[in-house]
This record gives sequence, structure tokens and C-alpha cells, in this order.
Amino acid sequence: MITFDAVTKRYPDGTVAVDDLSFEAPTGEITVLVGPSGCGKTTSLRMINRMIDASEGRILLDGVPVQGIDPPTLRRGIGYVIQQAGLFPHRKIVDNIATVPYLLGWDRKKARTRAMELLERVGLDPALAGRYPFQLSGGQQQRVGVARALAADPPVLLMDEPFSAVDPIVRTSLQDELLRLQSELNKTIVFVTHDIDEAIKLGDQVAVLRVGGRLAQLADPKTLLAEPADDFVREFLGHDRGIRRLQFVSTEGLRLRTDLTVPEGSEGGSPEPWLLVVDGDGRPVGWRAAARPGELEPYGTFVRGRDSMRAALDAALLSPSGCSVAVDEQGKVVGVATREALDEALAEAVHG
Amino acid sequence: MGDGPPSLWEWFGRNWDTGRADSIRTLLTDHVTMSLVPVVLALVVALPLGLACARWRWLYQPTSGLMNVVYALPSLPVFMLMISVTGLSQTTVIVPLAFYGVAVLIPAVVDGLDSVPDHVRQSAVAMGFTPLRRLLAVELPIAAPVVLAGLRVVAVSSISLVSVGALIGQGGLGGLFTRAYQNPFMPPVIVGIVLVVALALVADGLLVLAQRLLTPWVRARKEAAS
Ligand SMILES: Nc1ncnc2c1ncn2[C@@H]1O[C@H](COP(=O)(O)OP(=O)(O)O)[C@@H](O)[C@H]1O
Ligand SMILES: [Mg+2]
Repeated sequence: MITFDAVTKRYPDGTVAVDDLSFEAPTGEITVLVGPSGCGKTTSLRMINRMIDASEGRILLDGVPVQGIDPPTLRRGIGYVIQQAGLFPHRKIVDNIATVPYLLGWDRKKARTRAMELLERVGLDPALAGRYPFQLSGGQQQRVGVARALAADPPVLLMDEPFSAVDPIVRTSLQDELLRLQSELNKTIVFVTHDIDEAIKLGDQVAVLRVGGRLAQLADPKTLLAEPADDFVREFLGHDRGIRRLQFVSTEGLRLRTDLTVPEGSEGGSPEPWLLVVDGDGRPVGWRAAARPGELEPYGTFVRGRDSMRAALDAALLSPSGCSVAVDEQGKVVGVATREALDEALAEAVHG
Repeated sequence: MGDGPPSLWEWFGRNWDTGRADSIRTLLTDHVTMSLVPVVLALVVALPLGLACARWRWLYQPTSGLMNVVYALPSLPVFMLMISVTGLSQTTVIVPLAFYGVAVLIPAVVDGLDSVPDHVRQSAVAMGFTPLRRLLAVELPIAAPVVLAGLRVVAVSSISLVSVGALIGQGGLGGLFTRAYQNPFMPPVIVGIVLVVALALVADGLLVLAQRLLTPWVRARKEAAS
């Protein structure tokens, strides 16, 4: 656990970057620091590994004040990932990843074996091991950055806007990858971002900071969206707060109809305006409108129980039928959520 | 050929290794010594000075100002002045050339260290490098291409400048030029020019080779960029 105990940072020029900040980052969880540019996120993060020393207050690592630990020793026990990855351009990928093991005096072979393990763990081709950072894409470099931070298996991971410099598609996959890794590794992670959507997606808890380095609200994402503490937080969360809340509503209880699917090739009348055509394996093929039985219209799917109501609603909006298709993990249709069913679930979400 | 003046080859063969102080072979070794030693000296001196200038920025301005003045001094009068200190020895040529080298290499070291991206330096700190280890394992290797580029300039200009020392009797292959000046006879001049240029090419080639071996990642970067 990381504890901020009334921490203030005043730079020599008088700027107060962090003001009387107190919060805890629980062990094994992702705590996200989010806020507008210049609100003291980086400063807060760097005070944990003493790249910056606090002016007042204490920061504790499992109860031990970091101020009492020799910086290089402290830092070798804390993984650190930054926006531009910060890879060493003159070292091959495998040696970049093995940086901290080398510093800790592991022998070369063991350090490299460990590095190869991590390369695969973060979803990279082992063939990249012998390349230099310049030969990798931005997204790949970022993965190497994560692998490097994890190399010596530190209990704590600090991440400073690690995914902000890559394009949105890569960013999404890196975020998913981080969540997958975290489910296996259970690190204590402090993650800094200015992107509230990223904060909500990744955080077990989210600390919203306002300019001047003061804590505006600390809450889990669901509570943050439902009960913003003040106007600043409300504004920072943005306009589609309601839609985003649906991210936390499960599709488990969504009422599904199973009488709207027909096998491929079948014909014949039905009183229903739309029918879902499925193939021999039970996978969706398209929607057939009663009025135009010769054509198939696009469909949208969500994985029942795993995806949120937001995904289910999104899937419905993707199809002219207005219904969304519930599938299982293998992609087989388990039922159809009609507009009425979605409506009921939304009404429940608003009240529940 | 009879009694006419000897051809280029004949002259070269006759004077290559006469055992005297003015044999081409001796002049060549002298030339190598007098141009190589200043380069090494310059590197040894410029490295710590450059590091200091990069570390304490306020030092850089006055140091580079002073070094520019040194660089602007014409070599011949400096050699003359040196005679009063070191006499007519190789040192008289070596010391000024070393100063010229320092003047070129200090900015090269500073620029090289400046070429280390801030995020790379920061991440080295965050990984737990001690300052010394960070310098040796991260900053200097990344600065190496710029320093080596400076070293190439120093090596080639040093090889070329040694010849001027011939005017005080210590010019290595430059001796071949002064001889021709006294007695208009072309072969020594041609041999001298060819050997000096060849020497410069060899030195530059070796440094390029060193660059490739020491910094393979630079080529990787260039390929990635193209
Ligand atoms: N070394 C420094 N000296 C003076 N002011 C600084 C320094 N570093 C950051 N600041 C200021 O402190 C505030 C917080 O900066 P930072 O922690 O980098 O914010 P963020 O990461 O949230 O964008 C900003 O106003 C910034 O200008
Ligand atoms: Mg920042």
C-alpha cells in the first residue's frame, strides 16, 4: 500500500504543484490520478520514487517512509513507465527489458531469460528481442516499456500517461493488455492520465486532482460517475456521464428473447418485423426484415454477462433492427435483446 | 633514363628507407605520431571538460569562448612561440594541435550529452541508475556518435596541420613540401600530398569503422527513418 500523508510540493520558484494531498493506493489495485494538465499528477507520482522530494508530509510504502530509503535502491523496487517509453536507444530490446535485473546484479543469462519471458507476457513477438527501439512501432515500444518496468517483479508500478502518445486503437489494446496483466500479477499500480475515460476504464479507484494539486474527489469509477463531488468534477467528467455509467451495469440480468432467430436458408412468414439469421454453428449472419426478406441487414453483438449495458446499447444502435444480439464467449447467439428489454434494463439502471 | 631527373617511382624507391632522418618512411612515422598523439590527448582532456560544461552550464559559455579564441590562433606563430618552451621537438607541434582538438571536442561532448533525450535520462533515473553508472552506461554511449563525428574532424585536420610544422623543421611529411620549395622538383610534393591524403583517409576510415562497431544502433535508426 502507498500512503500519501498530507503531502505538499513547493518548487523553488514558489509553484505549489501538490497541496496537502492525502490518499491511499491499496495493494494490488489500480489507483488512477486524473486531472487537467499541470494539476500535479507527474509531481505526485515522482515523489513516490523520490525523483522529486516532497516539501512537506510523508509518503509511505507499506508503512515505511520513502524519504528514508536510498533513491537508487528504492527505484529498483518500483517499476516506472512513461509516455515516450523512455527506452534506451543504444540497447537491444532484450537488454532494455533486463535493465533493472542487470542493475540488481543478476547474471546476464538469468536476466535475459527473464526478459524473454516478459517479452511474451506483454504480447510481443520474441523475434523483436534483438532489435533496437527505433525499429519498433510506438505501441510496441510502450509494451517494451511495461515489460521493462515489470522485469524485476516489483510490487509497485508507477505509470505516467503511458498510453497517451499512441493512436486510439493501439491505446485501447494496451489498456486491455494492462488489465489482463493486472488480473494475473496484482501489482499496486498508480496510473496517471488526463483522460477521464481511461481513468474510468482502468481504475479500481480514481483520484481527481484540480489545478494547484488538491484532491477534488477520490472514489471508485461508478461512484464518481453517479455522484461527482462538485462542479469541477462534474465538468471534468464531461457530458455523456450518464451513458458512461452504463459501463458499470451488467448485462447479466438483461431479458433476452430466443424466439427471434432462424437458421440460414429458411423462409416463411413470421409476425415479427425482424428476424436474426444464424448459421449452422449458431453464429449470427444478419437481420432479415419482414418487408425485404431477400436482404440481410447488419447486426451488433455483446457478450452476455461480460460486456456492459453500454456495449449492449451500442450494439443495438448499430443495427437498423434496433435490437442487439447477445452471444457467448465463443460468439454463438444466446438470444436477442429487444428495445423493450433494453428499455427495462435502462430504467432499472437509473433507479438502481 | 640516363642522367635526367628521376621519375616519381624511382625517386620514391630511392628515398623510402635511406636510414636518414629525412627518409620518407621516417617522415611518415613522425607524421603519424605527431597527428595521433594530439587526438588522443585532446579526447582525454575534452571528455572531462565537456562533462563539466554539460553538468555546470555556466562553465560552458566562457570555456567555449576561450576555446574559440584558441582555435582562431594561426598555427605557425603558435609553433614559433612554442619553440621557446619546448624547443625544436615534436612536442612543439603536438601541444598546439592538442589544443585545437580540445576546442573542437568540448562542444562535441556537450552536444553529444545534449542529444540524450530527456525522457531517456529520466527513465534511467527512475530505473535506479546511480549518477555515475547512468553517465557511463546510458549518457556517454548515446553521446558517442556526436563525439565520434567530432573526433573525425579532429583527426583529419590534425593530420593536415602537422605539415605546417615543417617550417620549424618538425612537420613529418610536410618536410617533403619545404624541400620542394627550396628546389623546384615535383616528385616529393606529389608523394607528400598523396601520403597525407591517404593517411587522412585511413584515419577517417578507421573512425567510421569504430563508429559502426561501437554504435550499431545508429545505423538501425537511420534505416528505420528511411
Ligand atoms: N521543476 C519545476 N519547477 C517549477 N515548477 C514546476 C516544475 N515541475 C513542474 N512544475 C509546475 O508544477 C505544476 C504541476 O506540474 P506536473 O506535476 O508536471 O503536472 P501534470 O503532470 O499534472 O501535468 C505545474 O504548474 C508545473 O508548471
Ligand atoms: Mg505530467
